[in-house]
Amino acid sequence: MTMAALPPDWPGGFWLHWGVFVVVIFVFVMATIMGFIWFERRAMAIMQARLGPNRAGPFGVLQPVADGIKVMLKEDIVPAKGDKVVHWLAPVVAFVPALMIFAVVPFQGGAILADLNIGILYIVAISSVTTVGVFMAGWASNNKYSLLGAMRQVASVVSYEIPVVLSIVGVVLLAGSLSMQQIVMAQDIPFILLQPLGFLLFFIGALAEINRAPFDLMEADSEIVAGFHTEYSGMKFALFYLVEYGEALAISAIVTTLFLGGWRGPLLLPWLWFLIKVILVFFVIVWIRTTVPRIRIDQLMALAWKFLFPLALINLIITAVEILVWPAGSLWVLVPINIAVMIVLVLLWSRFFKLGWGKVEV
Amino acid sequence: MLADYGYIGLLLVVAIFFAVTTLLLPFFLSFPSRLVIYFRRFTQYLETHYPFLVRFIPPLPKFPRFMQVVPYNPNPVKSSTFECGMETIGTAWVRFNFRYYFYALVFIALDVLVVFLYPWAVELRGLGLFGLIAALVFIFIIVIGYIYAWRKKVLEWK
Repeated sequence: MTMAALPPDWPGGFWLHWGVFVVVIFVFVMATIMGFIWFERRAMAIMQARLGPNRAGPFGVLQPVADGIKVMLKEDIVPAKGDKVVHWLAPVVAFVPALMIFAVVPFQGGAILADLNIGILYIVAISSVTTVGVFMAGWASNNKYSLLGAMRQVASVVSYEIPVVLSIVGVVLLAGSLSMQQIVMAQDIPFILLQPLGFLLFFIGALAEINRAPFDLMEADSEIVAGFHTEYSGMKFALFYLVEYGEALAISAIVTTLFLGGWRGPLLLPWLWFLIKVILVFFVIVWIRTTVPRIRIDQLMALAWKFLFPLALINLIITAVEILVWPAGSLWVLVPINIAVMIVLVLLWSRFFKLGWGKVEV
Repeated sequence: MLADYGYIGLLLVVAIFFAVTTLLLPFFLSFPSRLVIYFRRFTQYLETHYPFLVRFIPPLPKFPRFMQVVPYNPNPVKSSTFECGMETIGTAWVRFNFRYYFYALVFIALDVLVVFLYPWAVELRGLGLFGLIAALVFIFIIVIGYIYAWRKKVLEWK
């Protein structure tokens, strides 16, 4: 790659760089979230043999804009028995970290707000704060379903945090750095080939952390009305909606950066490659949502603690051994080995435990 | 390096500003509607307690229709907490099932492991075989606790 890994010296220095990238991040996040909302509804509709939104604008592209205007004109209902201050504060606490993740996402070589040398650790740290906002929402609503949904959310995030973070360690081992740009630069072979098991674990865990289907039982409409945002309406609800898609976007961007080679690719412009890969990952998320049925809470917990966590540890140890045994040679040799290891481990480990059958209390 | 944290801190300020503004916008849009409600409550209060004062209150100016497009019209039923369409029974702020906290306790033990593995992972090439063995011993100690938790059925949802 000819692109430099470090930010170029802007003529205006600090403030110009900051101003440009704050605008870039806001435009990127808002535009992509709008696009994703439309894309998800449309793609799901096509997969389910429906039409989906098709009235506002060509192919319903303006549907998110119409939703935004509608939601802004809605009455803001606050439960009388709730904690009003926390109820107001919760969307802010949930939204801000979801936006802050993009400070260290590299859009292309040099195009990054802050190339922290602890980039991925920063993402792990800050993305957990959203859960605090969600729990604040569930608690402040003084609604039993909201509290139940929030508790489920916290329990699932706490459980899936460990396999997710452990599978990131595998990537860090290969790249030898925590900086997002360095990780991208290290991917002469995309890490999805060198870390197939790590990718699988990270993707499943990330889906659970952002409570997308099939792990969306903390906001399951049919059992606990809508979970933590039952009592939210108007703009506050819109912020939670933004958080949901912002996190999906963040996960797509992180998967792209860590496993799919980030902005690197032949022929096309680097930021275009980044965008294409992000949309591709998001498409897979939508695809999983339409395909897999929702799982139960006991299955959710068992999957995290009995399947993902041991496999993540084994993956970590295997990667560490590989790096020490094969430090300088061509990494292509490791690709078939790692894929074979993944298949064997997943098949073997799924026989080790039962997910639990019969009646289960919530 | 310090400049990078400056960027992030300033982005934090902008993000909080954005979120707060977004939440305040509908509040300001619904201000005329709110004023009407507040005024009605105020006159009702005066009528019940100080009826002789009512005639001195100037009437509220008539707001044009487009200014009241964001409604504000709470009533006891609307602002009660939702419970499947039934009347709400009690509060949700009660003691919660301990089951959820088991996972939090196991999480704390394992999260420490993960945090210590990050600097190790960055430097493994430099540390060599000794680094790997040290990490394996460390992981082994934690895994004993993990297996104990599994055997004690902490990980079961019961």
